[in-house]
Amino acid sequence: MQKTSDVAQLAAITKRMRRTAIEMITEAGSGHPGGSLSAAEIVTTLFFDVLRHDPENPHWTDRDRFILSKGHCCPILYAVMAECGYCPKDQLMTLRKLGSMYQGHPDVRFLPALEASTGSLGLGLSLGLGMSLASRMNGSKSRSYVVLGDGEIQEGQIWEAAMAAAFLRVDNLAAIVDYNQIQLDGFVKDIMSLEPLAEKWRSFGWHVIEAFGHDIAALQNAFGEASSMKGKPTCIIAHTVKGKGVSFMENNPKFHGTAPTRDECAKALQELA
Amino acid sequence: MPAKTKYALPLGAATREAFGKALVELGRTNPNVVALDADLSKSTYTAGFAKEFPARFIECGIAEANMIAIGAGLASAGKIPFAASFSVFALNKGFEQLRVTAAYPNVNLKVVGTHSGISIGEDGPSQMSVEDLSLACSLPGFTVISPADETSMIELVKLAAAHVGPVFIRAGRPKVARIYEAGQQFAIGQSVELLEGSDVTLIATGLLVAESIRAAETLEAEGISARVIDFHTVKPLDREAIARAARETGAIVVAEEHLVDGGLGVRVAQVVAETHPAPMEFVGIQNTYAESATPEQLLDKYGLLARDVAAAARRVVKRKR
Repeated sequence: MQKTSDVAQLAAITKRMRRTAIEMITEAGSGHPGGSLSAAEIVTTLFFDVLRHDPENPHWTDRDRFILSKGHCCPILYAVMAECGYCPKDQLMTLRKLGSMYQGHPDVRFLPALEASTGSLGLGLSLGLGMSLASRMNGSKSRSYVVLGDGEIQEGQIWEAAMAAAFLRVDNLAAIVDYNQIQLDGFVKDIMSLEPLAEKWRSFGWHVIEAFGHDIAALQNAFGEASSMKGKPTCIIAHTVKGKGVSFMENNPKFHGTAPTRDECAKALQELA
Repeated sequence: MPAKTKYALPLGAATREAFGKALVELGRTNPNVVALDADLSKSTYTAGFAKEFPARFIECGIAEANMIAIGAGLASAGKIPFAASFSVFALNKGFEQLRVTAAYPNVNLKVVGTHSGISIGEDGPSQMSVEDLSLACSLPGFTVISPADETSMIELVKLAAAHVGPVFIRAGRPKVARIYEAGQQFAIGQSVELLEGSDVTLIATGLLVAESIRAAETLEAEGISARVIDFHTVKPLDREAIARAARETGAIVVAEEHLVDGGLGVRVAQVVAETHPAPMEFVGIQNTYAESATPEQLLDKYGLLARDVAAAARRVVKRKR
């Protein structure tokens, strides 16, 4: 794979990844477009610029680890991993179908290049913490990056892991909150508000960076700052727009977990042309 | 008929203490072995490992769910983690984590639940793990081990570390009878026949192994020849030993310090039904939670003594055609 730090190139890849994710979900007839689109820049920037990894040697011991704790947004992860060369692009449209390596939620049994099977919310930060602790014991440079949903962090285990990571001074761990403001039943502020969110993470002992999650340069800066932080883990609160890039999906709770129709897919692809 | 005086059953160490000893030995020979605990290291006996290998010990605080998933993350990154807590907390508070982060991706995590059963005593039901075998056995791919004494615990902990895949190991609080001499060989999934017998087979695990040996001695005096088998591995089951027992003795009693629902007994009954149907009786906790008292009082009140195993054996022998 060809890595790049060029913002324009990363933006172009991101747009293609959005298109692929929309097509996959449409073909599957079910899935979660909104959160795939809100996380598109985050996942693309990590895989194409930030992560130390090698798709030709997916189990390299000293690789950086990526965990999509909000596993339901796997279409964007599958699209990016296929683009990197971890898995075949020509099977992406088998998402959610019998025997597909592209399961409805990430499943290491079907796609061994994944770092974790996720889907039940609230588990990924603990897994990333375990991986970061293993790296530290090994004296490895490996870092772990965990993408969390905003609704997801209503789960108590996230805060158990947050408390432990800071107490254990695990500085090779970054959490990225995809703060798109919407969860299944509606707006986060109406279901179970997270505010004041930055203060919560700070009070748990984390270094906190707030960034616009669709600004690739801002994300690059945030990841750079996270990797230079010593003695504490970093939380990047990425302010995002659910359904980003498709006008009728943006800020629309309906598209948390509803596949577009073929007509909607065509319109979306036009907007993402 | 040979006199069944082979087992003196002297009091030995608690199985949790034997686990702690084995863990330290593993730590000395395998640098990949790490341990996690949730503020119970003095009770689970991971404290010895923590003292000798502080860089390989992770104190998780009172957060068992987090501990299990951190352990899964360590295992995914190539470590051999042993995560320990009271069995009731590891299995119940950590069950979803055991399911999604350990069983489903089949990671190499070892979970050790101490203070299992009702023999924890005075602390009462909130601390008593009476459904852990059922929960652990329900997890696809998990190996479930329930040693009866010090020697078998030490050997089986070592075998669990060498086994690739998730394992649950059940340990108890009180000191228990020594059944095996040092040097005894074990294999995961292979039961151990402790006493020969032809009229009935007593299949037991954990604390009930010693009780079953005692029961066999009582039965022998009454002219009933009881085979006693230690099922230190509850999953995968030694199907061959079960089928042979059903065929050769025609009657089976299963005894365990666990709810009868979902325990070793129902798992053995499934194999008996599939291979050689025979009458069975079950010694265990009957659809209830226990209470505070001494372990001895509780084992007596809830029917988990040699006397109860012997009574079940008499009943099942009468049911033979």
